[in-house]
Amino acid sequence: MVKRLVVGAHYGLRDWLAQRATATYMALYTIVFAFAALTLPKMDYAHWSALFSGGLMRFLTFLFFMSLAYHAWVGVRDIWMDYVKPLGLRLALHLVTLFLLVGYAGWAAKILWRL
Amino acid sequence: MSEASVARKARPKFLDVREIRLPLPGIVSILHRISGAGLFLLLPFLLYLFDLSVSSPETFATYKAIVGHPLVKLILFGLLWAYLHHFCAGIRFLLLDLHKGIELEQARQSARLVLIVSLTLTVILGVWLW
Ligand code: HEM
Repeated sequence: MVKRLVVGAHYGLRDWLAQRATATYMALYTIVFAFAALTLPKMDYAHWSALFSGGLMRFLTFLFFMSLAYHAWVGVRDIWMDYVKPLGLRLALHLVTLFLLVGYAGWAAKILWRL
Repeated sequence: MSEASVARKARPKFLDVREIRLPLPGIVSILHRISGAGLFLLLPFLLYLFDLSVSSPETFATYKAIVGHPLVKLILFGLLWAYLHHFCAGIRFLLLDLHKGIELEQARQSARLVLIVSLTLTVILGVWLW
């Protein structure tokens, strides 16, 4: 009989899925953004900032940054787990990554809602 | 104890970086990781530029001056490639996860395609934006 002892956190599958869901969203957003940016009549402040101040584009861009934060959190954490073995150091790097990404997400929200 | 008597076969180690010949899909994969890490590391710089570019006509001018610097252009060129490679390779991985194109020959072809498309797009967009 096989006796397996399942221990540890089970966030693996959820994060794997979230990384793919966010990747899919970011890929779609990238195409929308590239089209919108490349077809701007003129690349000046008025046109460029107007691109993000419309309700829909602001929302889509906000979602992009939220996806990015989650996506990069999973991705960068995977990289630390592959290369950094000492537990204390790894934990410290995870925390720094998490704080940075939460900070970036807040920063992005601030930029978009100030427009 | 029977396990103890099973001798471990000495496997050849082959970790000399100069000697490793990574196949094409392996190159795409490691570049995907490197580009993801690079984008993460320079994210604050990109957010800073984005902030400047949309805040006011004055900060927009500052933004223009910064991205006009040749060294900054070079960095942004690198980041453009990183994003495009990560994007193309990422889509390839998503398709592989859905079991599309997992035959060896197809996987090699798509790896080559990712490298070519991301480099070509980088050059086209880079020249156009320069
Ligand atoms: C169009 C947008 C994007 C797509 C389609 C995409 C796709 C993906 C996919 C499918 C993975 C999983 C790869 C694997 O498990 O082998 C991944 C990993 C990763 N992504 Fe992205 N990504 C995108 C944008 C970004 C951005 C902007 C960043 C940077 C902040 C980023 C950072 C990472 C990192 C660090 C990993 C982990 C790499 C690894 O484990 O080797 N991604 N991405």
